[in-house]
Parts: sequence; C-alpha cells; structure tokens
Amino acid sequence: MVTAEQIWSAFGEIPDPEIPVVSLVDLGVIRSVDVENGHVRVEFTPTFLGCPALEVMKRALEEKVAGLGAEPEVQVIQDDSWSTDKITPAGREKLRAAGFAPPAPREAGIPKLVQLHAKAFRCPYCNSTQTKLENIFGPTPCRSLRYCESCRQPFEQFKTI
Amino acid sequence: MNELLLGLADDELVIGWRDSEWTGIAPLLEEDVAFSSIAQNEIGHARAVYELLAEVRSGAGQAGTSAPGRAPSSLRTLDPDALAFDRPLDEYRCAPLVELRLLDWAHAIARRWLYEEADEIRISALMQDDDPRVAGLAAKINREEAYHRMHAEMWRERLADTPQFQAAVDDLWPYAAGLVPTEQREALATRIHRSLPSDKVLLGKERGVHTEQLAELWDEMTSVRRSAPAGAQW
Repeated sequence: MVTAEQIWSAFGEIPDPEIPVVSLVDLGVIRSVDVENGHVRVEFTPTFLGCPALEVMKRALEEKVAGLGAEPEVQVIQDDSWSTDKITPAGREKLRAAGFAPPAPREAGIPKLVQLHAKAFRCPYCNSTQTKLENIFGPTPCRSLRYCESCRQPFEQFKTI
Repeated sequence: MNELLLGLADDELVIGWRDSEWTGIAPLLEEDVAFSSIAQNEIGHARAVYELLAEVRSGAGQAGTSAPGRAPSSLRTLDPDALAFDRPLDEYRCAPLVELRLLDWAHAIARRWLYEEADEIRISALMQDDDPRVAGLAAKINREEAYHRMHAEMWRERLADTPQFQAAVDDLWPYAAGLVPTEQREALATRIHRSLPSDKVLLGKERGVHTEQLAELWDEMTSVRRSAPAGAQW
C-alpha cells in the first residue's frame, strides 16, 4: 500500500511545466497529501489564477498517484494560502541558478509600484542590485522583466504574491 | 445564484477579451506583453469565479452575500466553460464599460485605470464576505490585481496632462460609475476626484443593459464552441 511519503517523493519528480528546473514540491503548491486505503487526497494551491499550466500540473499530480496504483483526488484550493513565500529554499536556489530572480518576501500590504522601483532586486547573473524595472509583466503572469545595469543583462524577476 | 459574482466573472472575461485586442498592435512592444499578460490574468480570474459559481450550483451551498436574483436558465450547468460561453447574450451580467471596443490608446488606458479603481472597491468588499470561499478567492484575486493597478497607475501618471487622456476619462467615467453598485459610487468618485454623473448621463451605461459592441464580441468569443453544438473534445 502506498504511503504519503512515497507520494511526496513522487511529486518531487514532477517538473513545473514552464520552468522545469523546479518541481511542484519546490514550488510549494501542494498543501497536503492524505492517504487512506489506496485513496490519495491532494490539496493543490494554484500559483497565479491566469496560469495556463494549472491544468497540466493538476493532471500530472493525478497521473503520478495513479501510476503508484492509488486512486487520486486532487482538490484545487482557490484562496490566498499560496504565496511566493511557499517556494522552498532549494527551489529559490534552482530558480536563481537558471537565471530567474527569486521573489522578494511577501509583506503585510499588497505590493506598490514604488517598491518595484525602489527595492534592491538582485541580478541572478552577477548579484548586482543595480537593476531597473523594464516591464511589470513578462512572458508569464508570474514574472516581471528587469535589466541589470552592471552586467547589462535583461532578466526575469518573480513577482511577489 | 449570486448576481454580484456573476457580474464580476463576466466583467473579467469581457475586459480580458478587450485587453487581448491590443496584442500585436500596442504602441510599444512592452505594452503588447503587458496587455496580453493582463488579459490572460483577467480571464483566469473569470474562470476561477465561474468555477466557484459552478461548485455552488452543484449543491455545495449558496455563495456570497448579495441579493438573490433570478438565476439564468443556463446556470443550471455545472461546467465553468458552459457558464463562460454557452449563455445567450441577455444572460451576461457584465457592465457596459468592459464591453466597449476602444481603438485609441488614451481610451484604452483610461478604461484600464477606471476599471482597476472600481474593481478594487468591489474586491475589497468581497474579501469581507461571510462565505470563506468567496473571501478567500477575492483575497487571491486582490494580490494579482495589485500588479494591474500598478500598470494602470504608471500610465495614468504618464498621460495625466494630455488632453486626449483627460477627454477619455471624461467619456468613460460615467461607465465606470455604472459598473459598481449605487452604494459604492460615492467612494469611487472620491478616489478619482470626479462628481457623480446624473441619472440622465448614466442612461445606457449602467450594469443591466448591454451595448451593441457586446453582441459583436459575443459572436466572436463563442463562435468556436457554437461550431460544435453537440460538444467536442479539444
């Protein structure tokens, strides 16, 4: 009979559909796994609601559970419980190494434009904080575009939510 | 059925379609990216609210606080896609502001700004809803909308002293007032430093009526689904 530990370990092998260097466990989108008599109930928290990868992630979770011979039930939790703070330290390091600047910590209030201009966002390539905002929006809802004035490299910055 | 939530979902769906019309033709490449991303996000919010409404219809209890309204016939379905695309035109609850096809940049930006201001009032109210599913989803939407507001605010500052932008805000402000319920209009007027439009000015601009532009958009938006009326698997 499959255990929760085996399920978690299997989920750690599912790459993010858009940034495959991190797994769904690294992203922190799996809130809980409950195993009972071969039935596996998973609570999954979406990143951005507009993210087209959500369905792919949900299906990948179901397939993984079924592949271990258990019956999956993936429940999507549409509330504010996922935050970019849930990305694990290992996940943040993998993102940075792949050229994506990890998100700044969530603050009590919602982010303001002045913070995106004023805060010290680090270039993932050269570690400089001499970077500027190019576009609040990027290739996916979760990322902004910044430019490093030290190494003259544009890079993608994870938005904080 | 919660008319307030259906209005929110329909607004987000339709403004998402309108915003996506700038993909490829925005005056700056960065704005092609921004409008496309905002559109994607707004449609994602619509989907999440339709899903909640579908869940409510499936018997998990009444969602939200707003006054019970007449449930449109097609809301008997439990499928969020059917909610988005299979209703006849007169069962949509979006406001005229989001329906307008706006072909100049000043108007497009004025609408984004006015919409986000109005939407923030509405979302903040929903975050206090007694139903934790409604409050939770509203809190998540609010976090994401923060980035839309930043974009709108950045452009408002950039265009604020141009006559084109001022004229666009004059044109669209009554529509923005018509998007929120009467009791929220004063708060919106204060935020954007305008006085409340008269009933005469509001005529045809308030939620509850539709513009001709919605008919064209609906025709395009639903054409693929209508091409396979028996239901197709994509």
